[in-house]
Amino acid sequence: MYQYNDTDQTLVNERAAQFKRQTEQFLKGEISEDQFRALRLRNGLYIQTHAPMLRIAVPYGLLNSKQIRKLAYIARQYDKNYCHFTTRQNVQFNWPKLEEVPDILAELASVQMHAIQTSGNCMRNTTSDHLAGVCIDEIEDPRPYCEIIRQWTTLHPEFDYLPRKFKIAVSGALHDRAATQFHDIGVHLVKNDAGETGFRILVGGGLGRTPIIGQVIKPYLEKKHLLSYLEAILRIYNLFGRRDNKYKARIKILVKESGLEKFSELVEREWHLIRDNLELSADRIDAMKAQFTPPAYEPDADRDTGFTTHQLENPAFATWVKYNTAAHKIAGYRAAFLSLKAPDSPPGDMTDTQLDAVADLADQYSFGEIRSTHRQNLIFADVKQADLFALWQQLDALKLATPNIGTVTDMICCPGLDFCSLANAGSIGVAKEINEALDDMDYIHDIGDLKINMSGCMNGCAHQSVGHIGILGVDKKGTEWYQLTLGGSSENQAAIGERLGPAVAKDQVTNAITTILDVYVKQRLADESFLDMVNRVGIMPFKQQVYKGQVYADN
Amino acid sequence: MQIIKDKQITDDAWLTITDDAELKAGDISVSLARWKKDKQLLLGHNGKIGVRIGPADSVEDIAADLDHIQLIELDFPDFADGRSFSHAWLLRGRYHYRGEIRATGHYMPDQVFYLSRVGVNAFKPEKDEHLPVIINHLNDFTVTYQPSIN
Ligand code: SF4
Repeated sequence: MYQYNDTDQTLVNERAAQFKRQTEQFLKGEISEDQFRALRLRNGLYIQTHAPMLRIAVPYGLLNSKQIRKLAYIARQYDKNYCHFTTRQNVQFNWPKLEEVPDILAELASVQMHAIQTSGNCMRNTTSDHLAGVCIDEIEDPRPYCEIIRQWTTLHPEFDYLPRKFKIAVSGALHDRAATQFHDIGVHLVKNDAGETGFRILVGGGLGRTPIIGQVIKPYLEKKHLLSYLEAILRIYNLFGRRDNKYKARIKILVKESGLEKFSELVEREWHLIRDNLELSADRIDAMKAQFTPPAYEPDADRDTGFTTHQLENPAFATWVKYNTAAHKIAGYRAAFLSLKAPDSPPGDMTDTQLDAVADLADQYSFGEIRSTHRQNLIFADVKQADLFALWQQLDALKLATPNIGTVTDMICCPGLDFCSLANAGSIGVAKEINEALDDMDYIHDIGDLKINMSGCMNGCAHQSVGHIGILGVDKKGTEWYQLTLGGSSENQAAIGERLGPAVAKDQVTNAITTILDVYVKQRLADESFLDMVNRVGIMPFKQQVYKGQVYADN
Repeated sequence: MQIIKDKQITDDAWLTITDDAELKAGDISVSLARWKKDKQLLLGHNGKIGVRIGPADSVEDIAADLDHIQLIELDFPDFADGRSFSHAWLLRGRYHYRGEIRATGHYMPDQVFYLSRVGVNAFKPEKDEHLPVIINHLNDFTVTYQPSIN
């Protein structure tokens, strides 16, 4: 994992000091509300329904145990003993006090963390594959490039006041686990015909109000040109992105309105003028790669036989292994998911006690490292198979071993009406109700791979438009209604979900979901996943059952 | 009035000529539109010439004229409009402009560190009491992560 050098540390220290000064000036009335808003957003601080919300950056989802302990400390000291993991691998605190935020940032800086550019119209945290460096389908580890991009984007003087927020995701594997097709820029490590590794660059993808799948702007970019190419895209966007209407200000609209051809012409022209001055040297890349060398894996870890025996003797453990662990490139190791989707806890939330315990477990079983995923779970990436049984028992005691990763109860869910001032409808309560209705683990496992994403408003923080089932909260004359979509996906075969029909009332959502699942169970072909079935039969069979004899709003 | 130039508080005698006003003697600044319209007249002006560039203007329009222009004012109608940051970069990095680039209007003192990094070397304060504040904020950071103009 990347370790700060003096420059990195100085930068976060100076940023924390700067924000402390800005907050004091604001409280003294020396900075206007409007100006302070722009400044605090660039330090992750929103003013929400009940209290400020502070979003902390977890660069490409990597954390160490010391940082997790610090999050636990902050949760205890400054918040109500919990925190929330987001769909962009970040962490949010829902109850900090404005006056105390500078102290929180100073605490974070002491463990090489920050909240820089986690909101506001600027370049946001770079996200990546949660299995980077350990998965079996990797072309090259994306993390060194993520860190290079993180540094380049951080306090970039020219691009901090963009037309709108700007998100970059990097994937190094064949299977896209980073939703790169739905980012302002998606970066994919690929091999060219000569067998060299470089990048395929996508542009103009995005979720939110107008979901659009990103388009390839550069099929192959040599590694040394990574930053110059990003700079060219950002300069064109900064100069020509729309600023007259915030709903049309994302780069996806610029790409759409000018057309990919015209847009890439502008980018190419800009890039040719700057690329020689902004080359990434092989030395710089190698130095960054050295920060992500593999941990000291034990040879012969696969000799262990206890792993198999335990699975045979303990079906619950076997089930957990099946759903909550993933293959590892080193024989005898697996990546283990910590499910933050226990039935009785809001999706993505963790208590301070859980955080502290997880930090200890990470030290014991996974080289002190923890990762956050964009589906709001955590991962220990490097667990010896011989340790999995003991780890499972301890995770189970912490309520972090619900064997539901990738299943219907592994829902992505935004904070919704409970915490977010922009929300039209609640999401946490609905998630809870769906969870309660689906309390039969065997049924859940029979349904298999099914992603439900639920957002409390059109902003779509929980990416409902790419959920296999998407649920979107809408407001109708002051009451909460829910729009359902089917067939979305953020993976390789990216797709935007199709609207099932009119929005359903709050007390009908769970019913609609269970009806959809029943239709699937009855009409699927052998081994056909939910998404495959939707792609085969379309939405009609689902629609007919969901709206049978129901009263619903009329749009 | 006083401004900051090259990190010092200095007196400033430039006159701003609005689009419908007559040209005056001395060092004057005009809008980009005025420059385009009255270029020949302005080239014969006895005194230095400055051009004001708004966020929606294109700096390419004056790229060929930069030798005749001693001051470029980047005007901020709104601090959130970041186009001027790229304009400054283009003026310095692409067109190698060496005269004064001055931020004017409603930028925030908290933006001057970034502005100076993209090549702005002078700041007209929105309020006089901002003068020392701006000088201070030019040193908000001692480290940077990426190349720019400075
Ligand atoms: S989707 Fe809407 S309600 Fe949910 S967190 Fe985002 S802005 Fe708030």
